[in-house]
Amino acid sequence: MPVDIDIDDTSVTAYISGDVDHHSAGALREKIDRAVEMSYPEVLILDFGGVTFMDSSGIGLVMGRWKLMRDISGKVVIQNAPKYISKVMRMAGIEKLLSDQDKKEESLV
Amino acid sequence: MKPINEMKLSFESRSCNEAFGRSAVASFIAVLDPTVEEISDIKTAVSEAVTNCIVHGYKENIGTVYIHVKIFEGARVVITIRDRGCGIPNVKKAMEPLFTTCETGERAGLGFSIMDSFMDKLKVRSKEGKGTTVTLEKTIVSKGN
Repeated sequence: MPVDIDIDDTSVTAYISGDVDHHSAGALREKIDRAVEMSYPEVLILDFGGVTFMDSSGIGLVMGRWKLMRDISGKVVIQNAPKYISKVMRMAGIEKLLSDQDKKEESLV
Repeated sequence: MKPINEMKLSFESRSCNEAFGRSAVASFIAVLDPTVEEISDIKTAVSEAVTNCIVHGYKENIGTVYIHVKIFEGARVVITIRDRGCGIPNVKKAMEPLFTTCETGERAGLGFSIMDSFMDKLKVRSKEGKGTTVTLEKTIVSKGN
């Protein structure tokens, strides 16, 4: 499975692993959205710790989830993004969604 | 100038081949001893171009994606990615950041921006009804080169 999902009272955490590209994005999207629509969390945490590759399809995935969470007045946080992935996110201007810890590591690069 | 090494590859425009396309290019240039960041930049740019062939060039049809990689003296890598799909009516417009023809909101419209910023050079040639050719160029500056 390219994604493991944890659901608690206020949040959904999606632990994404492997390559995030156009091929894998569809299944990731469906699984994450199903968890969100089931539990209406305040926060959706996208954990990129296990992600080995990401192209702009990952940006599309994050932006789509950001819109979904905005519609239910929640927010999206990205955590454990490896350096080469935060580079793609920075290009897209979505680095503000990085967790405080990820931002701190980012500024040390 | 003649390349010192080259390879050609073609495969069907199925999304499951996206990983194969970018990994094959990365394996071929591994002999130049690139850094992790250089490899990751090239894989990302190739993935964007191959995805464009599959999603936009051929749409719901299955066609052939052609990749041609040439290595020149001084570790200069030139990658051509081509489809014989529908072509782009307005290349300039297509290359604008955030421009996308996708209406689901799931495509970022950043493919060309990423190719442009992750590579040294990007060239796009397209003819409606004939197909699109993307040329990516990057010099591997790391280590022994």
